Amino acid sequence: MAYLLVIGTRKGLFRATSDDRRHWEVSGPLRLDDDGYADMMGIYAVGIDPHTRRVLAGAESPHFGPSVWHSDDLGRTWSEPEKAPIAFPDDVEESLTRAWQFAFTGEPGEVYAGAEPHSLFRSTDGGLHFELVRALWEHPHRKDWFPGAGGGAVHTVIPGRVDARGTDPRAVTVAMSTGGVYQTRDGGASWAPANAGITATFLPEETPEYGQCVHKVAVGPDGAFYAQNHHGVFRSTDPAQGWTSIADGLPSDFGFALVAHPGRPGTALNFPVISESCHLPPEHRLRPHRTDDGGRSWYPVDAGLPTEPYYGIVLRDGAATDGAEEPGFYFGTRSGDVYATVGDSGSWTQVAAHLPDVLCVRAAEV
Amino acid sequence: MSVTVILPQVLQADAGGAKHIAVERPAGGEPLRAVLDELARRHPRLDRRVRDEQGALRRFVNVFVGDEECRALAGLDTPVPDGSEVRILPSVAGG
Repeated sequence: MAYLLVIGTRKGLFRATSDDRRHWEVSGPLRLDDDGYADMMGIYAVGIDPHTRRVLAGAESPHFGPSVWHSDDLGRTWSEPEKAPIAFPDDVEESLTRAWQFAFTGEPGEVYAGAEPHSLFRSTDGGLHFELVRALWEHPHRKDWFPGAGGGAVHTVIPGRVDARGTDPRAVTVAMSTGGVYQTRDGGASWAPANAGITATFLPEETPEYGQCVHKVAVGPDGAFYAQNHHGVFRSTDPAQGWTSIADGLPSDFGFALVAHPGRPGTALNFPVISESCHLPPEHRLRPHRTDDGGRSWYPVDAGLPTEPYYGIVLRDGAATDGAEEPGFYFGTRSGDVYATVGDSGSWTQVAAHLPDVLCVRAAEV
Repeated sequence: MSVTVILPQVLQADAGGAKHIAVERPAGGEPLRAVLDELARRHPRLDRRVRDEQGALRRFVNVFVGDEECRALAGLDTPVPDGSEVRILPSVAGG
């Protein structure tokens, strides 16, 4: 069995491969095309299609704008459609800043893209061409959504679930900054906020219906949702009914990334950050925290990580699991270090060091 | 009756490797927008490097008509005389 880890950074795309997930071969920055400017593109979203192993990379050039490249040989060679893969339609007076997220559904070829400005797009051809999901774009709440420091984007897309009761191909949960969590149960025709109990420290109302700055949402194998908020960490089995704080036991309730175990209910990883005004790790230590009881308690998992002061945090898509039966977990930091751990070993191994700041990672068995 | 569009090296792959593209035009004095529209018809990917889906020039792309950057003239409405050179260049940004 081999494993592929795709790493998006502020200055280009990298890939790492391994047979045992302990020893990695890293290459990059990858040349996405012949233009020669791939090295200076920010890679804000990567995705690996579970059906075909096609790899998608959402890139933004500061000069020449955004696009989506795809690879059908695990990242060795890349292609880009002639027409823009993601673009607002002619009747919408807006232009794409960048893709933030790719999320594949159970239907082969179907993939969602969360994007900036706050928008959701859907592809049925494996990511070559996306169409705007109109009902979310035209949502009456849009006028109240505004950009956080990272930009105003739909950055999290969870197809197939709105609660823990079961999966449904017409269900999708998204999260946005700012705006919060929204859900559809009818294939995207209508969307409702699902933020009860999630706090908004930057609004007059402590727990508004919507408008929160939810940084990342993950879902466990039992359908439980976990949310890392702009201050606050929450869990819910039915977000439409409300969320419960699970921040007790963490060194900080601020952070960006959060990853749920793909096979074990109640287990998740969190990557604390000091506060909204200080984006550094608590105590200047690179120290992810893990829960095995659905957030009732947390403990640090830092074996193998640097013991000296560390200042790079993990951004919202900078952590992921490969979803394997014995899952691997991965994260990259703004200091350009990437680490992996397998199963319950509790010990991290370094995949790469000194890369440009890591924006996103995704991994899969291949 | 044509103008010559000159591409930077970094965009030539999006035009089949060409550095110079002759754009034939039915009449002189058309605006820069019409030149770029013709370029877009032939090379859609090149166009989206230069303009967003609203047709606006990307912030850090400069387009010179002769020796003047178009924003200092009339932007995309700048007339392009016959025989002109239209030069597309990335601005001093990024890295």
